[in-house]
Order: sequence, then structure tokens, then C-alpha cells
Amino acid sequence: MANLVIVEHDNNEVAAATLHAVTAAQQIGGDIDLLVAGENCGAVAEEAAKIAGVSSVKVADDAKFGHHLAENLATLIVEVAAGYSHVLASATTFGKNVMPHAAALLDKAQISEIVEVKSADTFVRPIYAGNALATVQSSDSIKIITVRTIKFEAAAAEGGSANVEAISGGTDTGLSSWVSQAVSSNDQVDLTSAKIVISGGRGMQSGDNFSMLHSVADKLGAAVGASRAAVDSGFVPNEFQVGQTGKVIAPDLYIAVGISGAIQHLAGMKESKVIVAINNDSEAPIFQVADYGLVADLFEAVPELDAAL
Amino acid sequence: MKILVCVKRVLDPQVKARVKADESGVDLANAKMTMNPFCENALEEALRLREAGIGEEIIVASVGGGKTEETLRHGLAMGADRAIQVVTEETLEPLAIAKVLKQVAEQESVGLVLAGKQAIDDDSNQTAQMLSALLGWSQATYCSEIKIEGDKATVTREVDAGLETIEVKMPAVMSADLRLNEPRYVKLPDVMKAKRKPMDKIELDSLGLDTANRLTTLKVEEPEGRAAGVIVNSVSELVEKLRNEAKVI
Repeated sequence: MANLVIVEHDNNEVAAATLHAVTAAQQIGGDIDLLVAGENCGAVAEEAAKIAGVSSVKVADDAKFGHHLAENLATLIVEVAAGYSHVLASATTFGKNVMPHAAALLDKAQISEIVEVKSADTFVRPIYAGNALATVQSSDSIKIITVRTIKFEAAAAEGGSANVEAISGGTDTGLSSWVSQAVSSNDQVDLTSAKIVISGGRGMQSGDNFSMLHSVADKLGAAVGASRAAVDSGFVPNEFQVGQTGKVIAPDLYIAVGISGAIQHLAGMKESKVIVAINNDSEAPIFQVADYGLVADLFEAVPELDAAL
Repeated sequence: MKILVCVKRVLDPQVKARVKADESGVDLANAKMTMNPFCENALEEALRLREAGIGEEIIVASVGGGKTEETLRHGLAMGADRAIQVVTEETLEPLAIAKVLKQVAEQESVGLVLAGKQAIDDDSNQTAQMLSALLGWSQATYCSEIKIEGDKATVTREVDAGLETIEVKMPAVMSADLRLNEPRYVKLPDVMKAKRKPMDKIELDSLGLDTANRLTTLKVEEPEGRAAGVIVNSVSELVEKLRNEAKVI
């Protein structure tokens, strides 16, 4: 067996999510090679070579991969995948965008968002917003997999000494071009890796009121998140969304403020170690998953919490 | 420009999925079914493109058994011009669905395919990307804004870091995120009108495609539930418990 992990990066650094995909590859077994495709991404390749357990790093440094557009990147993955039994990426918007495209070009199925490796061909993945877990066995010669990062520890970023090999290949399809990336104005702690997250829902009533959560977050070193209702209402931008179709996170402590706890929200946070719910509706479903529930007006409770920390 | 909108019939998002006792799958007998929410966003966008004079005919298509027709009728009631049901009682995987939709897109000579970014039952998030690959067309996933001008489109995508804007050549396959639009409500006269709109049925077998599943589902089980928690009476009690009992702050 041989695993190829597609490295997610910004041409400067390896994304933390990739380390979790490497761990999934370790559990599958066999050699692990990494593919770094980007533009002026030499620093990423050097960093990737240090990841523990990696045999080799293939680097395709080319302008056509600069913004990781799916059509171009997939052509490269298809060429490189030929020598591998498993091709993995993290189930981030990067991996979810490019991997199915590559899988279809290879005429292979994709096994999305695995949460457990049972054997080299059998995996567990959540369906129905995590309300069911399906164990699936693949008959494909190359298994294309995306990895739900919270269910696999991060591989050690240091300790490896893989050889780095420059490769060429892939096609500039000319189909898409990158225009811009809206840089988020929040300089907050990364939501996906934060140990503590405090999220607001519809009950926050406005975007301005999120400043209460940011204040608590600053004291706890926490990230701020939101439910879909809060994002749809325009209180905060989309990158704050926690849930089935937003980010799936599992911090040590998750504080849900003014969030009712729809199935779709629970799917994004119910693996958190400790869950706190603050809501004035004692019947809200969020209390069914909360370790500690406080039935209170959030506009009184949150400032009080802020003062108590 | 003709627009193909791919839709899926799924368990209503407000209903909690129940696993069957024999662990063979999720129990959908007598369950409330609906059009996948993201597919409604895709269809709504197609309707708005038609209203803006960019889209002409809108075709809704779905792959599935008998009751799939209900979901397609809903699409017609929302405003699609006609529907295509590719009929099969098998549950196909996204790769097979993409192969079927490729054939439909080519036969109908559409200039744009719109789909939901993921179906809320299987949560695979694959079909649009696979269809883009098979057609060799541009791919724009997780769209929150679509502007089509001539032979190209400017698309804003919801990504983990925020919003990314790309420009894609037409024809293209685009997948809708929730913020793309607010789907319209269907009025009763529209439901009546939808009954008279054309609905083509194509047997899957007649397409001559390899739609064999690559995955075998060995088991579907319920995840471990969380143990019941406690209700605290004050913020100070909460802070005390987080510090001394849970030891997380």
C-alpha cells in the first residue's frame, strides 16, 4: 500500500488540517508521500518534509497551481495518483473542492469525511448531519478519501526527514482564474483549532452584540463562532459558521450563546469535550447536549461571565 | 442559455434521522421528504437568471424512484419549465449520478448546470465537482454570488477562510451555498400549473452507463449519545464548575 496526501497550503505554510490527514494515512498503513502543488511553494515543501512518518514530498511548483483551482490541480493529482492505493486530503473547503473532481477523472468513488479507518478498504463516515455513522467498504483500486480532521490527531510537524522531489505535470485547463480573496477583518484565534470556542446564534439579535462574545473570547484565548441563523441574519461572516455545512469543530470547551441547537448546528460541535449552553428558553434542544446549561437572558449572563473571568 | 438544475429528494431537514434496527440504513418509511435545501438555492438562482434575461429554459432533473416525481413537481411549481426524471430504484453514488447528469446536460445542450453544494442526507459534497470533471467544464463550488456576463462568470465562493472570488469560463457547473439566495415560496396556483408542465421519464438502463456502486455499506449505526448534563443556577456556579469540575478554563 502507498498513500498520497494532498497538502493544503497558502504557498507559505502547511495548513494544520493536512497533519490530521497524514494521521489517517498512517492508520491505513504503508508508505506516505505528500504532494505539494503551488507557486513559489518551496517553503511549504521544506516544512512538509519534516512531518513525521513521511517518505517523500513531491513538489509541483508552477503558476497554474498558484491558487489551487480545482480543474488544474485535479489533472496533476490524476497523474500522480497512478502509483498509489490511497489518495487523501483533509475535508476542508480545499479538499472538498478538488478531490471529487480528481476522483471523477480517475473514474473512482470518493469516500467523504471519514472519521475512522477500519482497514485499508473499510471506513466509517457520518451521514445525516452525523445522526448516523455508515461503515463503507470500497472496491476501487485507488481510494479517494477526505478526512474529517477532528477525528484524527495531528501528526507531528517535526521529526521527519523526507526527500523532496520536484515534479512537473498537470494541465493548465484555462477554465478558471482567481480574482480575489476577501481577507477577514477578524484577527481572532483560528476557529478550527481553538481549544475554546464561544458561539452566538439568532438570540444575539445583532452583529454589534457579538462584541460581548469577543470580549469573553479574549479573556479565554477563545475563538468566536456562530450558528447558521446568525450568519444568515448577517450578524457575522460565513467563516464563523459552525455546523453540518459550515465548520465541524471539537474544542475542549464550547459555549453556545443564544443558540437553540438545530440538528444542523449540533452536527458541527457535538464532539466538543465540554459543552455549555446559555439560553433563555429552557426547552431549547441545545440543553440536551450541554454538560452545563444556564437558563438565562444572555444579555445579563454574558457580561456577568465576562466580569467573572 | 438553457440551464440544468440538479435536485435531490431527501429526508426533511427538520426531521431527525432514525437508524433501522437491523443497521442496514436510515428508516425513511413514511418519513417526511423534501427537496434538498441547497438544491432549492440552485433552482432559485436559475429562476433569477431567467428573470434577468440570462437564462432561457430551465430544466430540473433528478435520479431516483417513483416518488422522485414529487420533488420534481415542486421544482416545476417553483418555476422550472420542464423536468427530467431518470428512473431507477437503485441508490446511486455521486459518481454514477454525475455520469447520468453529464448525459442529460449534453443531450439538452445546456450552458450552465446548477446544483446544491451537498445533499443533507449523504453529506457527500461530490456530485457538482464530479460533473464538472466529466463534462470538462469550469467548476465553481459553494457559490454565494454569481454574475454571468457573456461567456464568463464571476463567482464568489464561501471557503473556510472567508470569501474567494474566481472567474470561470462558460459553460460551467456551479454549486449553491445557502447564502446564494432565499428560495421563493410556492403558491397554490403554481402547484396547479406545475401539474401541466412536461415531465420526461428516462429509464436509467436505457442510458447504457456504468453506474455500478463502488462502495458497499456494511453497517449504519447511531453515534454514541452524550450523557445528560446539569442545569446550573448562576453564572458564578457555571464558572466554578468549569474551573474545578471540568477544568477547562
